Amino acid sequence: MPKIIVEIMPKQDLLDPQGKAVANALVRGGNKDISGVRIGKRIELHFDREVTEQDIEEAKKQAKEFLSNDVIEDVVAVTVEN
Amino acid sequence: MRIGVITYPGTLDDRDAQRAIRLAGGTPVPLWHADDDLKKVDAVVLPGGFSYGDYLRCGAIAAKAPATKEVIKKAQQGLPVLGICNGFQVLVESHLLPGGLIRNEHQHFICRDQKLRVENNQTAWTNLFEKDEEIIIPLKNGEGGYIATDDTIKMLEEENRVVFRYLELNPNGSMNDIAGLTNERGNVVGLMPHPEHAVEPGFGPDTAVATRSGIDGLKFFQSALKALVNS
Repeated sequence: MPKIIVEIMPKQDLLDPQGKAVANALVRGGNKDISGVRIGKRIELHFDREVTEQDIEEAKKQAKEFLSNDVIEDVVAVTVEN
Repeated sequence: MRIGVITYPGTLDDRDAQRAIRLAGGTPVPLWHADDDLKKVDAVVLPGGFSYGDYLRCGAIAAKAPATKEVIKKAQQGLPVLGICNGFQVLVESHLLPGGLIRNEHQHFICRDQKLRVENNQTAWTNLFEKDEEIIIPLKNGEGGYIATDDTIKMLEEENRVVFRYLELNPNGSMNDIAGLTNERGNVVGLMPHPEHAVEPGFGPDTAVATRSGIDGLKFFQSALKALVNS
């Protein structure tokens, strides 16, 4: 299925409590070389047809304006799987 | 004076907001999120709760609802709008107010009677308070930590747009102890604590005088009615 994948991460300087809790559990489980974990979001936009350049532009716009909040998050990637 | 209260899927405090409007002397008008007809109301309250289950980000989907789009349009023309808790999150996600609200610093949901200082009594929703008046209204949130860029915080402070500040205890890690904000014009106000839960003796926070006698929230709604009469 053709899709556009939007990846969003919490800003670097922002506390990511979810990532911190997971990191603690990993280290406790013996993975002591893992120095940190950050958890973001992967959002897939599905299409029943081929993805066009226009779709990608619109996805980038929505990623910036709706799917993420630029006060707290960064859009790190918008990619296509056709 | 008719004050609309929008109900989104997952809203909790719409009925309490309607009751507060009634007790203040106004006529509450229930509004539905999917309906872009605001029924010619004179002001709007965005109530607390968990609109759309807090999916994506708190308030983000509600900010795109047909009723909210109308509110954004009218707010820019001066319609008084009060966003309480989740409603504050909707205002921030709608870009009617700047910044963002993130998970409480201590990671816990918090519910307490919260002391606030009224920093700005020139807004549509605070004009009956004294400047620097100290009030107590309930606070209950999981994602109430206010953050913004340093430039935005500086601008908010310089333009006197911080309307309420937490006193004695910062319950969620908000920058500069910010509990509530207004827009440039003073018609849009958003805050995390809940004025609609402190409007009737017997059901409000405890005061020095008697238990559950606190009604500091009532002035929010009376202020809006006064602002409407004067406009």
